[in-house]
Amino acid sequence: MLNNAQPRLHAAGLVHHFGPIKAVDNIALTLHQGEILGLLGPNGAGKSTTLRMLTGVLAPQAGRVLVCGHDLCTRPQAAKRCLGYLPEQPPLYPELTVHEYLHACARLRRLPRRQRASAVATALADCGLDAVARRLIGNLSKGYQQRVGIAQAIVHRPDVVILDEPTVGLDPQQIRQIRGLISRLGQRHSVILSSHILAEIQAVASRVMLIHQGRVVLNASLADLHRQASANIRLGLVQAPDQAALTAIPGVASAERIDTRHWRITPAADSDPRLALAAAAAQNNWGLFELSGGQHTLEEQFIALTTRDDGAAA
Amino acid sequence: MSGLLAIARLELQRLFVAPLAWTLLAIMQLLLGLLFAMSVTEIVQNPERINAYSGVSAVVGDGLLRFAAFLLLLIVPLLTMRTFAGERKTGVFILLQTAPTTTRALVLGKFVGLMSFFTLALALVALMPLSLLWAAPLDLGLLGAGLLGLWLLTATFTAAGVCMSTLTREPVLAAVATIGLLLALWLLHAVSYLDWQPLLLGHGVPVAAIARKLALVSHYESLLRGVFASADVAYFLLLTALFLLLAMQRLLLERG
Repeated sequence: MLNNAQPRLHAAGLVHHFGPIKAVDNIALTLHQGEILGLLGPNGAGKSTTLRMLTGVLAPQAGRVLVCGHDLCTRPQAAKRCLGYLPEQPPLYPELTVHEYLHACARLRRLPRRQRASAVATALADCGLDAVARRLIGNLSKGYQQRVGIAQAIVHRPDVVILDEPTVGLDPQQIRQIRGLISRLGQRHSVILSSHILAEIQAVASRVMLIHQGRVVLNASLADLHRQASANIRLGLVQAPDQAALTAIPGVASAERIDTRHWRITPAADSDPRLALAAAAAQNNWGLFELSGGQHTLEEQFIALTTRDDGAAA
Repeated sequence: MSGLLAIARLELQRLFVAPLAWTLLAIMQLLLGLLFAMSVTEIVQNPERINAYSGVSAVVGDGLLRFAAFLLLLIVPLLTMRTFAGERKTGVFILLQTAPTTTRALVLGKFVGLMSFFTLALALVALMPLSLLWAAPLDLGLLGAGLLGLWLLTATFTAAGVCMSTLTREPVLAAVATIGLLLALWLLHAVSYLDWQPLLLGHGVPVAAIARKLALVSHYESLLRGVFASADVAYFLLLTALFLLLAMQRLLLERG
């Protein structure tokens, strides 16, 4: 049996090329029990290809994947039993009812006959599908079809649930519901969630991996990123002084110019120079109009990390 | 094994909840029923056609089973095209790819599911000549051999259709390719009448004899005549196995 310290999913050195295009270039990934990992990246970064390799749809050209300790390549059946996957386009049979479909999925995933009815009932309840259980999937709205897609991924109670862009094409109300559902899933399963929308990852994930051009360019817990974000101070001054005047203020470790009127201030350890900054600005008549703990760091990192190489390549 | 059965069951379930399978069954029954009624009427009006060499079973059964084979040539590709090509197109194939089953179970499951449906269709066809049991002495051996031939022919059609379906993500393309392949195997029969022996390395190549051995129809015909030869049965079984193996290979290659 697995102990809780062992990762639920472990991938190392994954490579996949489509002809000359390096879709995935040496990606490593570890997912622990109860973790929600957000896989972030611009369109075409290699997220979906990575997920297809993690689920055994595509064989990696190099590297290996372990799901709950089973190698996906040498023991695919044992590994796949521990996996639930919702691809970008939910794999649904429109001619079946929700209930028939989930039963068929439970049978396909080799759930013992005795457990099937209760597993389907739990999945229906978890995804809020009780009211539409007897309706044809083809007649459901996009939001409900997406939920059926999530239900098929969790019906066999897998340890690892992988969701590829689960909120694409949904309205804001539905997006909120799906996010709530994913947060609840994180309590019992380990989840990988891919998206190119930053806010989505920030809302539910506990750790973020940023993929760009087939490589991991950032891998950090969301708490760390928030700490970094709140540590930085964004300062707006109408009449900007020179850098030396700002770094001379007690508690300021460094000051970096963002544009003509904005500065990013990094405080010295364990100090908050905001009061001192406000006092200095008033005293020297710098025209203070903004002073805030920076909330945009993740977005700035996202932009910085995903545009840098484009410029180099161009 | 349970994976195979789960896939076969899902395939069969999907066939019967959608109108396509019912419509195909209905049209097949209607056309064959008309032919059956016509040939029975023909016998009633011209009883002199029945003689020592050709009884009711031969006259009615032969025409019915020949026409059924032709209908199945057109119907089977319409159902096999959905198996892999259709599922790729709708994206639902990933469900089967991520299920804990082997490629063999996947291909065989689809095949078994479809063959269950066609077996039912053939049973309905068999009921027509069998309904004459109370009115005329039937040669059950002759009918049985013909029905076995039709079933084996259907299995070969289905395996060929499943194989073609693994090659593409366009269902219509899969259907057209299957019909083309089956017609080509059918037409080989015509080649077997050619009196042509080209020289290859100083030896005459018996084109006609080779074509006769490879053609679908020549093996079906001997079963229709009531000749149960293990060579004919083996031909259909080998061809079926070959197509299914090719389908499995294709799916393994696709994983990369």
